[in-house]
Amino acid sequence: MDYEAVIGLEIHAQLLTASKIFCGCSAAFGAPPNTHVCPVCLGLPGALPVLNRAAVDDAIRAALALGCTIHETSIFARKNYFYPDLPKGYQISQYEQPLATDGEMDGVGIIRVHLEEDAGKSLHEGFPDSDRKTYVDYNRSGVPLIEIVTQPDLRSAADAAEFFSRLRSVLVWLGVNDGNMEEGSLRCDANVSVRPVGAQNLGTKAEVKNLNSFRFLQKALEHEIARQIGVISEGGRVVQETRLWDSAAGRTVSMRSKEEAHDYRYFPEPDLPPVVVDANRVQQIRSAMPELPGARRRRFVEQYALPEYDAGQLTQTRALADYFESAVAAGAPAKLSSNWIMGELARKLKEEDRGIDASPLTASRLAELIALVNNGTISGSIAKDVFEKMFASGRTAGEIVAAEGLTQIDDESQIVGLIADVLSRHADAVAQYRGGKTTTFGFLVGQVMKAAAGKANPKRVNELLRKALGA
Amino acid sequence: MAAGFTREQVAAIAALAHLELDAAELDLFARQLGDILTAAEEVQRVDTTGVPPTASVLTRHASDRPDEVRPCLDRDEALANAPDAALDAGLFKVPRVIG
Repeated sequence: MDYEAVIGLEIHAQLLTASKIFCGCSAAFGAPPNTHVCPVCLGLPGALPVLNRAAVDDAIRAALALGCTIHETSIFARKNYFYPDLPKGYQISQYEQPLATDGEMDGVGIIRVHLEEDAGKSLHEGFPDSDRKTYVDYNRSGVPLIEIVTQPDLRSAADAAEFFSRLRSVLVWLGVNDGNMEEGSLRCDANVSVRPVGAQNLGTKAEVKNLNSFRFLQKALEHEIARQIGVISEGGRVVQETRLWDSAAGRTVSMRSKEEAHDYRYFPEPDLPPVVVDANRVQQIRSAMPELPGARRRRFVEQYALPEYDAGQLTQTRALADYFESAVAAGAPAKLSSNWIMGELARKLKEEDRGIDASPLTASRLAELIALVNNGTISGSIAKDVFEKMFASGRTAGEIVAAEGLTQIDDESQIVGLIADVLSRHADAVAQYRGGKTTTFGFLVGQVMKAAAGKANPKRVNELLRKALGA
Repeated sequence: MAAGFTREQVAAIAALAHLELDAAELDLFARQLGDILTAAEEVQRVDTTGVPPTASVLTRHASDRPDEVRPCLDRDEALANAPDAALDAGLFKVPRVIG
């Protein structure tokens, strides 16, 4: 029997606010342990939470980008459970009335987007008494999160990874999340079940946690799907449980199931009034939203006649898309700009491990270089050298071309002279060509270009060489 | 109808709250919690047609704050009341939990 997987994702994304969600402590990552804490985020008795307005704005931004309906009133609720990283004994989250519901992105339904606080960080290893003790750092306690829950609309591990990657781009693009999975500011859990192809009912699902990279997400899901198909094929039953991805072992393992089922005893948070977001505020946020990657990709295809592939690559990040549009605005033809950006520039940036924001070559300078090629001042191959020099020195293309005498040789008599010289030195090749071995032509072009130190206009060389050989 | 509370329900709630109750306490709390539920049932008999649920009386009251970082506690102060804190590392310390 053939089986298909049914996958839904739960994504937690830290919002890029300066302060925490319910107190004024810094939300920055990486500070020495327990230096970003106060009575509120330490859960000290009597401390009262006050909602960070910017966290709500960021959550609204994300929810709008995911096509959700923003609810005018949403309610914070207490999710009660005991764990040392949760000093109050409950997490302030949203339950029955979340901020936003019913969205859709790339054909995947979004059930809800809600606001909640992050927990502290437990350190289970690395101390002399780690066999007996757990250490806790509360800097992360109270950092604002959004939880995004998708419908079980994904059908393969690869689709899930691809969707998560696109979702990440959107959140980073909006500036609400930094997309950093290593530091845990973006996390993903997956609910996975399998069923016979064509079946309507869902199979029993397992929740897979600890998927802190795209590769892990895909590998863990592939493993879990195969495991469940194995269990069912052998006549067994999938147990509803939480499983942890063990990246070293390359498999998911069951987390010890608790004796009682989870009962978080949610109830409305009495210390916080309902969150009220009026239509005006939503409208303001909506009108200030940047054009999203999908829309920008489509516009690049329509407005600049770029191939889908180029448009997709150039809209990987907002900074890259901005760079491309700046180059075009500075007069460079779109497709040439795209080629340079995805080719030479991307290679160079990768080599030096820089982001496009830190490119020593601005978009307008790249446009100037492209213009010099386009108007025939320099040849394409010389342009690559000039590019290297611009990247290294910060000088403009014009300066480099002038200083080094790289202007393209376009002058007919000069090129004819070079050709005559090459033909006299390679009489055998000329004979071969005239004898019918036409591939020798390329060799001769190469020799002329070499004699011209790459500066001859290749189109002119082709023309004039053909003429010389035909004579 | 009296809203009874069984010993089993009390035991389940106690387990979630990490409380250990003896037999006499289970009986006592079953009766007391049952009485509270009975009182709640009485309130629920009031006709509230058209009255929205009120989780808070502060609706429509601006109660959020701007996103500004304010000073935190000094670390030693934060750890001052923690039993067995790792003061050098600046960390709280608790009996090991299986991660």
